[in-house]
Amino acid sequence: MKVRDLSDLAFRNLREAVLRNSLTTLGVAVGVASLVAMLSLGVGLQQLATSRLAKSGLFDSIFVTPKTNLRGPGGGPPGTRTPAPKARPLDADARAEIYRMPNVIEVYPQIRFFTEVRYDGKPFATMVAGLPESSKASGAFDGMQGSFFSSPKADEAILQAEFAKELNPQTTSLIGKDLVLRYAERQSLPAQPGDPADNSGGFSVVPKEKHLRIIGVVETEPASGFGGFASGRLLIPLPLAENLRAAQVNDLRDILRDSSTDKPTYSSLTVRVKSPSLVETTEDQLKALGFSAFSLLDASKSLRIFFSVFDLLLGIFGSLALAVATLGIINTLVMAILERRREIGVLKALGAADGDVKQLFFVEAGVMGLFGGMLGTLLGWLIGRSLTLGTNLYLHRQNLPGVDISSVPWWLVLGGIGFAVLVSLAAGLYPASRAARLDPVQALRYE
Amino acid sequence: MTELPPAIRLESVSRHYLMGEAVIRAVHDVSLSVPSGEFLALLGSSGSGKSTLLNLIAGLDRPSSGSVIAHGQDLSKMSSLELARYRRQTVGMVFQSFNLLPRMTLEENVELPLRLAEVDRSERAARVGEALRRVGLEKRTGHRPSELSGGEQQRTAIARALVNRPKILLADEPTGNLDSATGESILTLLREIQRNPGMTIIMVTHERTLAERFADRLAVMGDGQLLPNGAPR
Repeated sequence: MKVRDLSDLAFRNLREAVLRNSLTTLGVAVGVASLVAMLSLGVGLQQLATSRLAKSGLFDSIFVTPKTNLRGPGGGPPGTRTPAPKARPLDADARAEIYRMPNVIEVYPQIRFFTEVRYDGKPFATMVAGLPESSKASGAFDGMQGSFFSSPKADEAILQAEFAKELNPQTTSLIGKDLVLRYAERQSLPAQPGDPADNSGGFSVVPKEKHLRIIGVVETEPASGFGGFASGRLLIPLPLAENLRAAQVNDLRDILRDSSTDKPTYSSLTVRVKSPSLVETTEDQLKALGFSAFSLLDASKSLRIFFSVFDLLLGIFGSLALAVATLGIINTLVMAILERRREIGVLKALGAADGDVKQLFFVEAGVMGLFGGMLGTLLGWLIGRSLTLGTNLYLHRQNLPGVDISSVPWWLVLGGIGFAVLVSLAAGLYPASRAARLDPVQALRYE
Repeated sequence: MTELPPAIRLESVSRHYLMGEAVIRAVHDVSLSVPSGEFLALLGSSGSGKSTLLNLIAGLDRPSSGSVIAHGQDLSKMSSLELARYRRQTVGMVFQSFNLLPRMTLEENVELPLRLAEVDRSERAARVGEALRRVGLEKRTGHRPSELSGGEQQRTAIARALVNRPKILLADEPTGNLDSATGESILTLLREIQRNPGMTIIMVTHERTLAERFADRLAVMGDGQLLPNGAPR
């Protein structure tokens, strides 16, 4: 029989027992809905986690440090020490060179220094950290009090909530107020006769002050890269922090290592690449340049494995309802064979081959699967949306920003419908072959 | 008179069933030749094996032994797919209980064998119209079987049997569910079909009087065997 005639007959047969076939189709729909809803949660949570992590800059970042000189001071009596091979300094030249590398979108140093802040005439000791412009997109500033820096060089500060409470328990009243940052500026000294050619005359520290306007309060410092030795409690734009030339902990270490130059060196640089997939190659290139490089790529791989297993488990739980629906299809079609025994006999008497009868039942199962799959995918999407809505209502009450915990991508829509059709066809196998095997003489005798 | 070539030839055909340990001989060692264009009536009491024999000729059943040869093809050697093709192309069947599909209109019921034979849609309407005209139901194409009388339903069944232009028409008690006047009109129709366009008809019936009036020859069965009292008219 031609496909059009076959599907026409199948639709007729399905319309004949419309209530029973609709209920069976609804059973398939519920099964598919549970599968799609479960997987949409898995996909949604994975997307949420990966986007948060991607925004955090952890997985597209490489942490670069100078090669560690293991034979530092204290390697033996000064007279017996052989000079250690010099590691390449991580200075402005190196930073520019790294920035020119392909796929690198941002290179910034970790600027943190411990200093004193005066607010309302009172001193407070705190850790200052420079924030790169890209950290605005990390999501950590969603729902903050106030706003992010108006420009990368603005004389503005964002306070970490605990520190803000120390200044004034009513943190909202701090916004728009000024504070004074007192810090030690590093100034190079001119070279003295007799200094080694590559070494300058070192540097001195000069006390300085900087007036900053408080523009926001944030819960914690965002994970802007990694490698910081303490959380920043007063956050200022990174370019501003660099301009301050504040003396940092590593300046002292440089002096101890006897390698201080007039050029500022960085204890570390954070290098961001276009996508996490480029981290590995860029990391190798950085190592080839003579630096130590480290990334959290392995952690990202583990995350993908975790979500694959998670999705698999959700899929198995979701499939249980579909398995029950499969039994429904088998039951409906077996019942249909009993009811349509005589009709099958007539079809065979008129010249239908076993294959025609088999195909007819097969198409009926497939049609139920197709409609069940479409309805189920829609239901699954609605369940996912409802869960997201419920979660967001709860988060909203907790004064937290909303999230999208479910997602139904196109592959899930097509996969859901395709899987329903496949499962229904598999369920139709037994009834179809049973109908095809029916003896026409017996079937025609059946009343 | 020259002997017509046989449309159907049965050679020592038997159909035995096992019921528990007992062997039921529904048809036993029947040999029969039906020439092309003959109207043969198969008579016999209930359980005599006439319907079983008709099912064997229709290719709906296979003989336990012997050969059923229709237009030179040995049905006992055919695969089930070949038998389906034979039922589609060579034979048309009419049943006592009409066996029309209740949810289909007359037109759709008659069209069903054309769908199975994969005849083009463009050709189907003409063929269905022709068959329904032949049985005088061309004005009732959109009706469902339940809206027709028994005679009209049987006419529809005949139109369905004719639509694929078979060489052999097999009728199993075609008048069994009809009153005598309607039964007679159905047999008149079968007789017309036999003469024009010229078709071999084998009709199973238990109504001897009607059979004697319309059939060319009678064959009487009893206990699964042909009895010697069936004689050509």
